[in-house]
Amino acid sequence: MSMVFFKGGVHPEYQKEITSTLAIVKMPLPQKVVVPMQQHIGAPCELLADVDKIEKGTEVKVGQKLGDNKGFVSSPVHAPISGTVTDIGLYNHPLGMKINAVTIESDGRDEWDEAIKPAGDLDNLTVEDIRRIVREAGIVGLGGATFPAHVKLSPPQDKPIDIVIINGAECEPYLTADHRVMLEKTEEIVFGLKAMLKALGAGEGIIGVEDNKPDALRAMEQLVAEEDNIRVCSLPTKYPQGAEKMLIYVATGRTVPAGALPLEVGVVNHNVGTAVAISQAIREGKPLIERVLTVTGAGINKPANVQVRLGTLVTDVIDFCGGLKESTLKLIIGGPMMGLAQPDPDVPVIKGTSGILALTDEDVYLAESSPCIRCAKCVSSCPMNLMPTSIAQAAEHGDFTRAEKFYALDCFECGCCSYICPSKIPLVQWIRIAKAEIMKRKSK
Amino acid sequence: MIIIEEKLVVSSSPHMRSVESIQSVMTDVLIALFPAALMAVLLFGYRALITMVISIITAMLIEAVWRRKRDLFSDGSAAVTGLLLALTLPAAVPWWLVVVGSASAIIIGKQVFGGIGYNIFNPALVGRAILVVSWGGHMAGDIWPSPQPFAFGIDVSTVTGATALAAPEIAMTFSFSELFIGNIPGSLGETSALALLIGGIWLVYKGHIDYRIPGGFIATVFVLGAAFGGGFYGNQLMTGLFHVVAGGVVIAAIYMATDFVTTPVTPLGRLIFGIGCGLITMLIRLWGTLPEGVTFAILIMNAATPIIDNFTIPRQFGGVNKSA
Repeated sequence: MSMVFFKGGVHPEYQKEITSTLAIVKMPLPQKVVVPMQQHIGAPCELLADVDKIEKGTEVKVGQKLGDNKGFVSSPVHAPISGTVTDIGLYNHPLGMKINAVTIESDGRDEWDEAIKPAGDLDNLTVEDIRRIVREAGIVGLGGATFPAHVKLSPPQDKPIDIVIINGAECEPYLTADHRVMLEKTEEIVFGLKAMLKALGAGEGIIGVEDNKPDALRAMEQLVAEEDNIRVCSLPTKYPQGAEKMLIYVATGRTVPAGALPLEVGVVNHNVGTAVAISQAIREGKPLIERVLTVTGAGINKPANVQVRLGTLVTDVIDFCGGLKESTLKLIIGGPMMGLAQPDPDVPVIKGTSGILALTDEDVYLAESSPCIRCAKCVSSCPMNLMPTSIAQAAEHGDFTRAEKFYALDCFECGCCSYICPSKIPLVQWIRIAKAEIMKRKSK
Repeated sequence: MIIIEEKLVVSSSPHMRSVESIQSVMTDVLIALFPAALMAVLLFGYRALITMVISIITAMLIEAVWRRKRDLFSDGSAAVTGLLLALTLPAAVPWWLVVVGSASAIIIGKQVFGGIGYNIFNPALVGRAILVVSWGGHMAGDIWPSPQPFAFGIDVSTVTGATALAAPEIAMTFSFSELFIGNIPGSLGETSALALLIGGIWLVYKGHIDYRIPGGFIATVFVLGAAFGGGFYGNQLMTGLFHVVAGGVVIAAIYMATDFVTTPVTPLGRLIFGIGCGLITMLIRLWGTLPEGVTFAILIMNAATPIIDNFTIPRQFGGVNKSA
């Protein structure tokens, strides 16, 4: 048990009991998938139209690469099912825009690309091999940030990494996908971690799990009991414990400098799902074509943790989970604190989709906000030690220089301030506006 | 800010909100003040109850009329202002003075600035300051009604005594248990440090007030009282303690210097605010012409709040010190 606590944070109603005991179910192959060319942070993929002839009418097999980009910070996308490409064009994306995507109609055979084969023993792989396998498999951060995993496994020469943390905090309310993965794919997580340790030449692996998941903690601890360079760290349950900087602080006592990446303090973080994906890429040769996500909320008829092929439409996943209740008022991709509300469920599941949450009229807050009463609950709940009300006020007045003086750019939008505000002011929303405006001015 | 397309609501995250509201926080403050209000009635009898009721109802009515809202309780802030003002008044105060004070608190202290969230000075103290300056005789600088515990029929306006703060020789006539429990002359709610502390501890537990303000305030009063108070009550430390429990320091430190709107939002700023209140209180008490100084101490510090906030912006997580 870590004895270090990060400052601030909140304790929302976690609502994890809805799905935490439900084993992961595999959703049957969808009739159709839509694969966006961008499912990661970085350069979008370009369609492999030239050599591989990915175009309308092409037959594709599972795991076949559909798009890629030569840029370092990018990640290829693969066909999640076998079938025929029926459309290529703009499609709704969970991030709220339309993105170029490949639509594949299933042939129902689930035929895998012949090129897919195990990479062999971890001991026989070089550091370069691991990085290449991870990149070619299209693995990105599955916690939701979708940062290409191979980039995090390739730190600059002058920034040695000594600790790799596997993030099993899953601090977002409602979500239990990582929890189930830790229970059901425990061994793959540890293998993935070992591969990362090797790729980074790091000496210590830490698996951080919030203490509201005692069964996952036990499962992890049992498996690493014999490993002397891997330990499990029980994290106090508090949102946003899973945020990179908070996790590193609590698990290692190190403070990531403001505006810097974890590698500055010799640490790399990866989500538990990412570790599983890396394990599967190495041992089975399998690219990232499916993921586990939680479908939950009072608006879902049959909540579940489901393993789905990427590109499956959210409408199909919801149908598989018994459909939406009439009272559903909000559909969120991700968790309730940082997830994105969707105007239309006709969007594909992408690499970063950790959950589908349907909230009903009882859970959705619609009332107007009141004036700030300066109670400073936002200040004391901010894990980054910012003054959300002051940033929001500056943004509201259009004074972005002042917003920056209050460190607006250090906000990672966890939402604690908006959550706790008794006046129900959409503080994060104002801070997002401030951040966007400050960045726009900086780039001029 | 909220877009509704067909049936699905789209708004910016987070999609969960705490159940806390301005109304729930204000209700908690009223609950926290209940022990002090109860003690006021027990010590000063029916006049205390009448004063509190008049003050609260006037405040709520004026606010409702001003805002043209039918909801009398509304966010609860007017009721808090009304009760706080009543607790700073003498039990024998005439009813019309309560009405004037409460109305001034809401109108001049709060609504002319734009209502809740926008006022610069603590509304209840604005009301009190107006009464002290305008009707000093009724507000009796150093002569207060004496408590008549559990004698509800007695008209306390006929039994007066000097506030313990008037002079050391008067202070010496009260024991410390009397000072702590509150059966001493004084305003309705200020005399019982015990009742005030019970509510204060609960407010800290609920996260509604920051211990730094009452902590800084009370500690400063204690230190300055011990150092410069004259050393009656046997020794300097007891004199310091005397300055804390006699007079209005406890009620002011816990319930007025912690008013959200008019005090700093930064942790360091709150500590500075508390210390500043203690400092000015003791300057007035020891070297000023008034026996008591908490009202003006807090009002002065209220005015300094924006500048305190501006100079105490906390360093962000992982940040390096940079001058504000």
